[in-house]
Amino acid sequence: MSKRRIKRRPADIVFDTCNICFVVLVTIIMIYPIYFIIIASVSDPYAVYNGKVVLAPVGLSLDPYRNILKYQEIWIGYRNTIAYTFFGTVYNLALTIPAAYVLSKRNLPLRTGISWFFFITMYFGGGLIPTYILYDQLQLINTPYALIVGAGISCYNLIVSRQYFTSSLPEELHEAAIIDGSSEFRFFFRIAIPLAAPIIAVMALYYGVGHWNSYFNALIYITNRQYFPLQLVLRNILILNQTALASMSFTDDDLEMVMEAARQAYLANAMKYALIIIASLPMLCAYPFIQKYFVKGVMVGSLKG
Amino acid sequence: MRQIEIHYATALHDRSKLKRWFCAITSNWQLYALILPGIITVFIFHYIPIYGVQIAFKNFRSSLGIWGSDWVGLKHFRRFFYYPYFWDILWNTISIQLYAIATFPCTIIFALMINELDNKHFKKSVQMITYAPHFISTIVLCSMIILFTNKSNGLFNNILEVLGSSRIDFMTNPSYFRSIYVWSGVWQDLGWGTIIYLATLSNISPDWIEAAKIDGASRFQIIKHINIPFILPTVVILLVLRTGSMVSVGFEKIFLLQNPLNLSVSQVVSTYVYQVGLIDSQFSFSSAIGLFNNIIQIFVILIVNKIAKTLTLVSLW
Repeated sequence: MSKRRIKRRPADIVFDTCNICFVVLVTIIMIYPIYFIIIASVSDPYAVYNGKVVLAPVGLSLDPYRNILKYQEIWIGYRNTIAYTFFGTVYNLALTIPAAYVLSKRNLPLRTGISWFFFITMYFGGGLIPTYILYDQLQLINTPYALIVGAGISCYNLIVSRQYFTSSLPEELHEAAIIDGSSEFRFFFRIAIPLAAPIIAVMALYYGVGHWNSYFNALIYITNRQYFPLQLVLRNILILNQTALASMSFTDDDLEMVMEAARQAYLANAMKYALIIIASLPMLCAYPFIQKYFVKGVMVGSLKG
Repeated sequence: MRQIEIHYATALHDRSKLKRWFCAITSNWQLYALILPGIITVFIFHYIPIYGVQIAFKNFRSSLGIWGSDWVGLKHFRRFFYYPYFWDILWNTISIQLYAIATFPCTIIFALMINELDNKHFKKSVQMITYAPHFISTIVLCSMIILFTNKSNGLFNNILEVLGSSRIDFMTNPSYFRSIYVWSGVWQDLGWGTIIYLATLSNISPDWIEAAKIDGASRFQIIKHINIPFILPTVVILLVLRTGSMVSVGFEKIFLLQNPLNLSVSQVVSTYVYQVGLIDSQFSFSSAIGLFNNIIQIFVILIVNKIAKTLTLVSLW
């Protein structure tokens, strides 16, 4: 029997057209700021400053990028962020995945109590100052460990991982292993973890992106510039305007000096756009490939029972 | 014979229930060992600070430690109740959240529209493009905002000039702050927020849609009568979660967008706690405010959840 389709009525066509137009409009609004920054960062600083850059780069200039590459603090920040992200994520995973696995075992005594132990922390906590005092007493202030160690479990990620274990790790597998004489450790490390590879990937990305983009902990716990993550370096340059170029003072009326100072000011402005691109480039390049894992994570978390 | 057996079995069951419980624990020791590191770190970094919250009721001095500092009861709480700007700060927090919640339908509408797209490739491209802003860090987002709202050369002002109106200094004018904060948040999370709605909408059985079409329903009617009721539980849960965090506006973004000129609108509880605690070093006072905020938060989420439960039978737990 041939497949018959329901005829599209004129009202449907109107609806579809309006729908597509609206969606396209919203998408353009979403992407235009990012696109603008990209083209502004490669344009002539003077054109950027005067608003001549709209749809395409005006006068290609890579000076902003060249200047940034010389800026030592940014590379220190990059190195720090990569280290914090890597070690922090490993630490988080090492705590979250076993906990999620154990909490997925329905027959375990004390399971509800332990679950509540974790979930209460979502709603109630010590707050900023008591936590700071604790870090002080543990002598973590101003050390890189402050950004890696910490309550390594995010409750939301724990819930999603537990949901994954409940729905994707068959109890029969576990029973069969136990009957064959395997210990719990052995089952977890040899069987459960390899089977949990999808959720481990998702969690690694959740935690990883969280570490990469975070700045609050570094803001309050670290004052040593050597330990600053990239985000904090960005904050200093982009928001607090603390660059060598930003502080200009000229007492001469020499036209040449004024022109030079103006050029530096334009360059400082354009550098901000270039810096945004340099800092976001890893994320923006990687996200098309990793976004499907994130989506999967959201979907796993939204399943019930 | 049967009865004696059953009686014997139940007696055995009762007597050894406790013993069986202990047996279950000890035989599962390896599972407990797996979760022990997690319990320990959460205990250290979450529960020990809760113990430290008592400094809200004391005059905390680092030299004296938590135990050595003397008890002052509700002195700090009284202090911020009578602080003239405290209620402004609280109102700033709540009003920003209310504004943010009011933009809540945007994500739903966008999700419904994406769902109506026929072309799979177009749909996937739209989704992929609109996910991009979510991966931008807060610092980069705020730098973009500051760059774009610059009075002399920012993108927004350039557009305003092209449209004929005068340039506005957005960041120093308190009346624009809330809009900038909320709409930039919408920009960042609009695409990402649709994920959960699209996932739910994909579970709608195509039979229903077809039946509706055969019955002559227009696209709007299908959306109104099938799609929207279907995602309503998800909407309610997310709304409850949003409303539950009504008294806590995230510190990070506000802190970056604050400046002395818009402080009258941009000072919220979390930034005030930071200001008073870590900048002015008034540890006890800051803890008191933080504790007060936390307790209100818990109440709000309990109340909102109760309301949602009675109205729609959907709740968080």
